[in-house]
Amino acid sequence: MSKATGLPWRVRVSKFDVKASPYLYVAPFYVMFAVVGLFPLLYTAYIATRKWNSVGGDKGLAVCGATCGDGGSTPSLLGNFAWVLNQPDFWTALGNTVSIFLLSSVPQIILALFIAYMLDANLRAKTFWRMGVLLPYVIAPMAAGIIFNQVFSDNMGLINTVLTSVNIPAIPWHANRLASHVAVASIVNFRWMGYNALVLLAAMQAIPRDLYEASVVDGAGPVRQFFSITIPQLRATLIFVIITSTIGGLQVFDEPQMFSISPSYGGSNNQFLTVTQLLWKTGFVSTNQSNMGRAAAIAWLLFLIIIAFVLLNFYLTRKISGDGPSKPRRRARKEVAS
Amino acid sequence: MSRETSMPALRQTAPPSVVRAAAKRRRLAVTSEGRKANWFTYAVLAFVILISVFPLYYAVQIASVTTDNMYGWGSFGTGSLALLGEHLRIAFGELNWTVALLNTILVSGVCAISVVFFSTLAGYSFAKLRFRGKAGLFGFIIATMAIPTQLSVVPLYILMSKLGLYGKLEAVIIPGLVTAFGVFWMTQYLEQALPYELIEAARVDGCSMIRTFWHVALPAARPAASMLALFTFVAQWTQYYWPFLVLGSNNRAVLTVAASTLAGGRYTDYTLIMSGVVLTSFPLVLLFVFVGKQLVAGIMAGAVKG
Repeated sequence: MSKATGLPWRVRVSKFDVKASPYLYVAPFYVMFAVVGLFPLLYTAYIATRKWNSVGGDKGLAVCGATCGDGGSTPSLLGNFAWVLNQPDFWTALGNTVSIFLLSSVPQIILALFIAYMLDANLRAKTFWRMGVLLPYVIAPMAAGIIFNQVFSDNMGLINTVLTSVNIPAIPWHANRLASHVAVASIVNFRWMGYNALVLLAAMQAIPRDLYEASVVDGAGPVRQFFSITIPQLRATLIFVIITSTIGGLQVFDEPQMFSISPSYGGSNNQFLTVTQLLWKTGFVSTNQSNMGRAAAIAWLLFLIIIAFVLLNFYLTRKISGDGPSKPRRRARKEVAS
Repeated sequence: MSRETSMPALRQTAPPSVVRAAAKRRRLAVTSEGRKANWFTYAVLAFVILISVFPLYYAVQIASVTTDNMYGWGSFGTGSLALLGEHLRIAFGELNWTVALLNTILVSGVCAISVVFFSTLAGYSFAKLRFRGKAGLFGFIIATMAIPTQLSVVPLYILMSKLGLYGKLEAVIIPGLVTAFGVFWMTQYLEQALPYELIEAARVDGCSMIRTFWHVALPAARPAASMLALFTFVAQWTQYYWPFLVLGSNNRAVLTVAASTLAGGRYTDYTLIMSGVVLTSFPLVLLFVFVGKQLVAGIMAGAVKG
C-alpha cells in the first residue's frame, strides 16, 4: 500500500531512520569488538600453528623440535601443541593452576555464602558492613600479592611469627609446593570473597520471606532452613559465581607473579608456576628464546581446559543442587500436568 | 505485608492456626525484614572486616619501619611517622608517581567513558528496538563473555607492535575500549527500566531515533551507566598482566606496573616496595570511601538479574 517512491521526502527519511538506527547503534560496538576481540581470537588460532619468533616473525609452519624425537623436525599444524604437551613444565604449571584454583574457589564460595548469610540479618549500619566486606576489591591483585608475599614470608614473616610463638613449627610458605598454593590461593580469596558474598547476599534477599515463615510453621530450625530453602533458592546465582570464578581462577597470573620477588617467577622449582605465567615465559621473556607460536598454543590449551572445567562445574552444580527438595516437587508438578 | 498486626489484634481477627504460626514465627525472630542480628553476627562481620583492612594496614606498617625491624614482631611498635614519610618520599620519586597516577587515571577514565558509550548505545538498541538478527547478534555477545582474555594476549601484542604502539598508553587503552559485559549489563538494565510508552511518546512528538535515544533512553540509563563506569574504572586501574606485557621497558607508565618494577628491579628493600604498594593503592581506596556505596549497589543489582 505504501510505496516508498510515492511518499514525501520527510516520511522516507523517517522510515529509513527507523529501519537503520538499530543497526547503527550496535555497529560501533561490533566494529570495535572485531578489532580487539574477534580478530585476536581467530589470529591466535593461526599463530598457534606457526613457527613464530617475537623478533623474526612468521617463519612457516610450526615444528616441534628436539623434544618430539626424530619426527620433531617435520613441520606440522600441531607442532607447537606437541612441543607444549612434551614440556614437563606445562604439566607442572597445569597441576599448580588447578590446585590453586581449587584452593581458592572452594573455600571462597563456602566463606562467601557464610558471610552473605551473616549480612542477610537485619543489621544496623548495613552499608558500613557491606562496604567493609568489599574493600579488598579495590586493591589491585598485584599489590595484594606483594603484601601477602611478606605476610607469608618463610623467614619470620608475620604468619610464621605467630605460628612459632604458639609452638607450631614455621611453614615454608614459598618453598613447599602445597603450602605455596595455599598462600597464593589466599590472595585470590582475599580479593573476591567479599565481592561474591555481596552477589550471594543480593540473591538471598530476593528469596521470598514467606518461604521461611512457612518453614517455621513446619518446624524447621535455622540450619534446616539454610540447607533446605536458602541453598536451593540460590542455585542460579551459585552456578554464576562458580563459573565466573572458574574462568578467572584458571587464568591466575598477578598473584603468583608477585608472590616471589626474584627473577625466578613461579618459585625456584616452579612450585607455584601457573599456566599463564608459563605462557608469558614462553612468549615474552627474551632470555628464554621467546616463541609466540608456542605461547599461542598454550593460550588455546588453556582455553580448552577452561571450557572443560566450566562444563564439568555446570554438570556438578546441577547434580548437587538439583538433588535438593525441589526435585520431588517438580516431579509432582509434572504428574499433575499429565 | 509491610507492617505486622499486633498479636492481640491478630487473636481477635484471625483463625487459631494463623495465630499460633505468627506467635512461633515471632519467637524465632523471623520477620518480613529478615532474622534479627545477634552479637555473633556482628562478631563474625567485624572479623571479616578486620581481615579486609589488615593487609593495607600491614603495608603501611612495613613502610614505616627500618629493614631490620620488618620481620617477626619487630614491625609492630617500632614504626615511626618520620620513617614512613621518608620511605614514601623515596618511593614517590622512584615510581614517578604523579605521572603514573595521571596516566592511570587517563587509561581508566577513557576506558570507562568508552565502555559506557558503546554499551549504552548498543544496549538501548538490543533492549528496546526491533530489528532482524537481534537474537543472533545478542547471543554472540553472551558467548564472547565466556572467552578468557589470555587467549587474545599474543595476537594483541603482535598487533600493537605492528601499529607502533608497543610501550605506549594507547596499547593499554585500546583493548579496554569495549566489553561484552558492558553491553549485556546495559541491555539488562534498559529492558526493565525504560518503558516503551516513553519511547513512543517521544516518537509521536516527532523526535528522530537519535533524539529519542538522547532525550529518553540516556536519562533512563544513567544509574546503570554510572555503575558500569565505576566497575570499568576499577577493573582498568587494578589490571596488571596486559599493561605489564605491552608497556615493556616503559615500565613506570601506570601505577600497578610501576609498583611491580619497584619490587622486581633494583630493590629488595621491602620497606620501599611497601611504600610503593601504599602509594599505588591509596588513591583507589580514597575513591572507594566516596563511591563504595554505589559499588555495593551495583554488584547487588547485577547479581539478581545475572
